Amino acid sequence: MSEALLVIRDLCAWYGPSQALHGIDLEVRSGEIVTLLGRNGAGKSTLLKCVMGIVSQRTGSIRLAGRDLLGLAPHEVGRAGVGYCPDDRGIYASLSVRENLLLPPVVAGGGMSEAELMALFPNLKARAKSAGTQLSGGEQQMLAIARILRTGARLLLLDEPTEGLAPVLVERIGEVLVDLRRRGYTIVLVEQNVHFAAELADRHYLIESGRVAGCFDSAALAADFNRVAARLGV
Amino acid sequence: MKRRFALPPAAVRLFIAFAVLALVVVPWLPQVVYPVFVMKLLCMALFACAYNLLLGFGGIMSFGHAAFFGSAAYITGLATKHAGLTPEVGILAGTLGAALLGALIGSLAIRRQGIYLAMITLALAQMVYFLFLQLPFTGAEDGMQQIPRGRLFGVIDLRDDRALYYLVLVLTVAGLALIHRVVNAPFGHVIVAIREHEPRARSLGYPVDRYKLVLFVLSAALSGLAGSMKALVFQLAALTDVHWHLSGDVVLMALLGGMQSVLGPAIGAAVVVSLQYYLDAFGGWVTLVTGVIFMVCVMTFRSGIAGALTRPADDTQAPARRPD
Amino acid sequence: MNEIFGMPLSVIAGQTLLGLVNGCFYAVLSLGLAVIFGLLRIVNFAHGAFFMAGAFGAWMLHRYLGVGYWVALVVVPVLVGAVGAGFERSLLRKLRGLDPIYGLLLTFGLVLVLEGGFRLLFGSSGQPYPVPESLRGSVQLGFMILPIYRAWVIAAALSCCLLSWWLIERTPLGAKLRAATEKTVLTQSFGINVPLLLTLTYGVGIALAAFAGVLAAPILHVNPAMGSNLVIVVFAIVVIGGMGSMFGSIVTALVIGVVEGWTRVFYSEASSTVIFVLMALVLLLRPKGLFGREGPA
Repeated sequence: MSEALLVIRDLCAWYGPSQALHGIDLEVRSGEIVTLLGRNGAGKSTLLKCVMGIVSQRTGSIRLAGRDLLGLAPHEVGRAGVGYCPDDRGIYASLSVRENLLLPPVVAGGGMSEAELMALFPNLKARAKSAGTQLSGGEQQMLAIARILRTGARLLLLDEPTEGLAPVLVERIGEVLVDLRRRGYTIVLVEQNVHFAAELADRHYLIESGRVAGCFDSAALAADFNRVAARLGV
Repeated sequence: MKRRFALPPAAVRLFIAFAVLALVVVPWLPQVVYPVFVMKLLCMALFACAYNLLLGFGGIMSFGHAAFFGSAAYITGLATKHAGLTPEVGILAGTLGAALLGALIGSLAIRRQGIYLAMITLALAQMVYFLFLQLPFTGAEDGMQQIPRGRLFGVIDLRDDRALYYLVLVLTVAGLALIHRVVNAPFGHVIVAIREHEPRARSLGYPVDRYKLVLFVLSAALSGLAGSMKALVFQLAALTDVHWHLSGDVVLMALLGGMQSVLGPAIGAAVVVSLQYYLDAFGGWVTLVTGVIFMVCVMTFRSGIAGALTRPADDTQAPARRPD
Repeated sequence: MNEIFGMPLSVIAGQTLLGLVNGCFYAVLSLGLAVIFGLLRIVNFAHGAFFMAGAFGAWMLHRYLGVGYWVALVVVPVLVGAVGAGFERSLLRKLRGLDPIYGLLLTFGLVLVLEGGFRLLFGSSGQPYPVPESLRGSVQLGFMILPIYRAWVIAAALSCCLLSWWLIERTPLGAKLRAATEKTVLTQSFGINVPLLLTLTYGVGIALAAFAGVLAAPILHVNPAMGSNLVIVVFAIVVIGGMGSMFGSIVTALVIGVVEGWTRVFYSEASSTVIFVLMALVLLLRPKGLFGREGPA
C-alpha cells in the first residue's frame, strides 16, 4: 500500500455566508485514481477548488506529501505540484492552442515534453495556431489535460472531464487516464458518469451535501452499484 | 462582523436641528464666523449633496459636475450683469440652464455605465470648459466680474450680506429638503431598485433610462442652483467653477462626508471648504494636501465620516466586491 | 496645385505633421492606459501625471546633474516606472476586487499630489528643455519643412507601440498577461504569480507614459499641468476607440491627432473641442467604440 499523497482533514468551506463543505475527510494515495461521486451541488467541485486555493474561505487541513496547502498563496499551490482541470475546461480565447498548452509553467521534472504531448493528442498539433476556443469540446478537454501534463505536476485534479462528450471521446479520455496511472500519476476525478468512474478508478468517495457519505473501492462499488447509482439520481 | 460606533437616528435629528439653529444665528455673530465663508459653505454643501444624489443614491458616478455648477454661475452672471435682470430671475435662469445641460450630458453619458460613464462626463465637462474659455462674454482667465447682487424681487437689496445670507440659507435648505423628499418618494425607491439590480428593474417594465436621466437632470439643476448662488455671493463667475479640479473636489466631499446618507456630503463640503480656506495662506499646498486627504480617504474611509457613524452594526453596507 | 480649400499645401502638411506628432503622444499614452485597464481594471487617471513626471525627470536630470537627453530617455522611464510599480504594490493593489471607481478616485488623488508637488517645487510656468544636438534642424521636403526632432518623435513613439504590441501578442510573457486578463484566478492556479505580473504591468504602463514625457520635453513646455490636459483627451480617445483593443487605441489616437491638426487649420477655435464632439458622435452612433470589443456597456 503506497503512502498517502493528499490528506484532507475536517475541511469546511464557505461561499460568502453560505457553507458548502462540512468537515470533509479524504485521502488519496500515490498512484491511485480516486473519484468523487455525487449529485449536482454536492460540493465536489468546491472540494477541488479548495485544494487549489480558488475557494479561499476554508478551515481544516489539506496536506500534499505532508506539506500544508492551506497556508500557501494561490499561485504557490500550482507550483507545489498540483495540476487542475476546471469543469468548464478553462481554455483561453485570447491564446492560441499552442500558447494554451505552454502557458502553465513547468514546476517539477518528469513532465511530458511538448513533442510527447503532440504525439498523445495529434488533434492539437494540427490546430496549434488556432485560437483556443475554436476547438471542439472534446479537443478542448484534451488540451486542458495536456497542458497540465507538461508541468510535471504529479497530482491531477480533473473536474468532470467527460461531461458533454461523445462516447468515443469518453473512451479515449479513459484510455489516457489509465495510461497516466501506469506512468505513476495520482488522479482525483470528479464525475457524474458512474459507469466511467467504476471502470476506471481504484476508490470512490460519495459526496452528499458537503459531506463524505461513503467511501468504497471498486469491488464494493460493483457489488452495490444500483444503490449507489440511485443515490446519485442517475 | 465588527461593531461600529453608530449614532441613533434621534441623535442625528437633534444634531441637524442644532446645526440649523446655529446657521440662522450666524449673521448676528460676524466676530465668530464670517458670513460670506458660511455662504460659500452652504453653496458647496448643496452642490455636494446634489452630486451625491447621483453618486451615492443613484450609483452613477459623474466626473464632470463642475460643468453644471460653473455654467449656472456664468448664466446667472449673464442674466444679472448683461441683461440687467433681477437676482431671482438670474438664479432661475442659471438653474434651468444647468438642468438643460444636465439633460444633454446625461442623455449621452447614460448610454454607458460605470467607468465609461465617468469618463464621458469628464470629457464633456472639459468641452464645456473650453467653450467658456473661448466665449466672448466670459472674460476667459479673469472671469466674469462684478456680477451685481441686485434687488431680490426688485425690493430686497442683496448687497446687504445679511439679506443675501438668508436667501442662500433658505434656498440651500429647500434644495436639501427636496433631495430628502426625492430619496424617500416612490421615484427614489425605483432608483434604488435600479441601482441594486438594473436588469431586474428593466424586466419589471421600468423605463430605466428615463429614471436615470431624470435623476441626472435633478442633480444637475440643484448643482446649478448652488453655482448661481455662489456667483451672487462672490459676484464672480470664473473658469475655476468649470474646471475638473472642482469636479474632483465635489467627489472628495461626497466620499469624505459619506455617500450613504443625504446630508453626509454636506459635512464633507464643510471639511474641504474649511481646509482650502485655511490652507490658502500657504499657497501651493492646497492641491497637494487635498490630494493626500483624497487618497487617505479612499484607502480607509470608504463610507466617509457620516457613513461610519451611522452605519448599522453589521457589514451590510460594505462596498460591493467584484466577483472574479 | 499648391492649395487645398484655400489653404497652402505647406500649411496643411505642416499641421498634419504636428497633428501626427500629437497623435503619437496620444497613442503611447492610450496604449498604456488600455493595457492597464485591460489587465488591472483600473482607469489610471494618474497616467497624465506620470507623463508630466517623465518630462520633469528629464528636465531635472539636465538641470541638476547635467545628464543629457539620450540617457534620460532610458533612465527616466525606468525610475518613474519603478515609482509606479511601488504605488501599485502598496496602495492600488488593496483596491483590487472593489468597484473600479475606487481605483479612479485613488489615482485622481495621486494626480493632485503629483501636480501639487511639482507646482510647489517648480512653479506653474513652463520650463524649457533643449532639443538634443543630434536631432536639431530640419529637412526641406519641397511641400513642407520637416523638423528632424518631430520625425524622431513619430519614429520613436510608433516603434514603442509596435514593440509593446509584439510583446503582448507574440511572446510567452504576453501570453501570460493575456491569460491573466481573461481568467485571473485560473491563471494563478497554474502557478503563475499574477499579482507580481499585475505590478509589473502597471510599472511598464507608467514607464511608457514617462517615456512619452521625455519625448515631449523638448516640444511642450515642461509644466505641472501638461499631463492633465492630455489625459482627458486620451480618455476621450479611448472611449472613441473602444477600451478592449490595443490596436484600436493606437489607430484612433493617430487619427484624432491628425483631425485635431486639420481643425486647427480651418477653424482653430474648435480644435480643442473637436475631439469631444467626435466622442459625442461615436457615443450616439456606436456606443461600443469604433473598435470596441469590451463587454461592459
